[in-house]
Amino acid sequence: MAEYSAFSLLKNAFSGNRDWKPAWRKPDPKPNYDVIIIGGGGHGLATAYYLAAEHGITNVAVLEKGWLGSGNIGRNTTIVRSNYLLPESLRFYEYSMKLWENLSHELNYNVMFSQRGILNLAHSPGQADAYIRRGNAMRHSGVDAEWLSPQQIARRVPGLDTSASARFPITGGLLQPRAGTARHDAIAWGYARAADRRGVDLLENCEVTGFLRDGDRITGVSTTRGDIRAKKVAVAVAGSTSRVLQRAGIERLPLESHVLQAFVSEAIKPFVNCVVTFGAGHLYMSQSDKGGLVFGGSLDFYNSYAQRGNLPTAQDVMSEICAMFPSVARLRLLRSWGGVMDMSMDGSPIITKGPLPGLYLNCGWCYGGFKATPASGYSFAWTIAKDEPHAINAPFTLSRFERGAAIDETGHGPTPKLH
Amino acid sequence: MLIDCPHCGPRDLAEFSYQGDASRTRPDLGSTDTKAWIDYVYNRPNPAGRHREFWQHAGGCRAHLVVERDTLTHEIHAVAIARDAAGGDAA
Repeated sequence: MAEYSAFSLLKNAFSGNRDWKPAWRKPDPKPNYDVIIIGGGGHGLATAYYLAAEHGITNVAVLEKGWLGSGNIGRNTTIVRSNYLLPESLRFYEYSMKLWENLSHELNYNVMFSQRGILNLAHSPGQADAYIRRGNAMRHSGVDAEWLSPQQIARRVPGLDTSASARFPITGGLLQPRAGTARHDAIAWGYARAADRRGVDLLENCEVTGFLRDGDRITGVSTTRGDIRAKKVAVAVAGSTSRVLQRAGIERLPLESHVLQAFVSEAIKPFVNCVVTFGAGHLYMSQSDKGGLVFGGSLDFYNSYAQRGNLPTAQDVMSEICAMFPSVARLRLLRSWGGVMDMSMDGSPIITKGPLPGLYLNCGWCYGGFKATPASGYSFAWTIAKDEPHAINAPFTLSRFERGAAIDETGHGPTPKLH
Repeated sequence: MLIDCPHCGPRDLAEFSYQGDASRTRPDLGSTDTKAWIDYVYNRPNPAGRHREFWQHAGGCRAHLVVERDTLTHEIHAVAIARDAAGGDAA
């Protein structure tokens, strides 16, 4: 498989782009692997890549029920940031940010990572204090953060109503300049291609229907393409975690599945040049390279596996974007969709060994899995290869709830819909 | 999604507030079984299919309801006043 380069682009342009090879093989399942990863989304593919690239474990299969990238990796709003408050989260997401910054180069695949910045708007003195506190925590941890006045915000985001007569006047905003957006599908394809060329088997249309066990120990999986054995089985299936683990006899987990909707408007000329979040409600928006406004709000607030939402939430999100940018009120909505979030009880992820011997679990990403993709894959691969956590995922265990060591950024307690 | 409130009739989803899983049973208040409490507070069956859950008709009669709803299709199978619904910790 050829490297992508200026030369290969030119060569293929002259031959009418007819000679590009498929980016990955379509192998049949082997009877045995060292590691099986269930879930061919961003996190599963990244895990496979880092297992091969960092630990030399290449006898690996990634099992995907549909096609690669058909789940949440293709259903998010593409935001990458590390503007967290708690030290455990800051360390993890900043590690991810640093991997993002080199990702296109490392994968030889343009993931279109664009560090256009993220701006969190505050609308009251209390909210401003909370954001400034978070900004200080970030700077203490070596993460970039700047506090902007309404005047600075007006210069940076001209479409915003920063006047005192706005429906929700803006008192300031926290900017993380290194945050930004990336091309979501490219992450899946880039990791898939890079894992495939190191020998990882990517098995599509291969749904796990059960687990093979030897006593308590998981020794493989039954799938729609036959039984496959493995020394280690890793699960990275986001919103479907509870369903998949039920097939291993795990009936209860600190997770609830909820649907989150996202929206894209018709394409317009350059309108906002960073990611903006509206603190008076819950809305985040950026503009894609094609020109569409990409935005989303809160969950639909009730358990759902439907991959589609209901109208009241869509209406709520539309009213928020119109309060924030009155000038977009007459834009047409191009499309909307829903993704299933595995909301954890403290809003933080779980990357851990267990809950059964031979099993490894990566779940609980709530809204925020996309930006975490590189660090999630990196630390999960580390945990699988060495049977111990990396420093960045050591706090994110399944047992933290019973130990009273929850990592609750928002302080909402075990109410998953609020994280 | 319409929820058929026993007091008010079918009303729009937007009038209701979701209050979470109704299938959990709180341990006896005098219980010192830590494992049972941790399981009650943090763990959920999270089914794909029929799910018993609490809703409050917050924008209407304010009654607390137990709704049985399909999490895959959003179809609602049953609505009852929480106080009358057997099981769960409606208190």
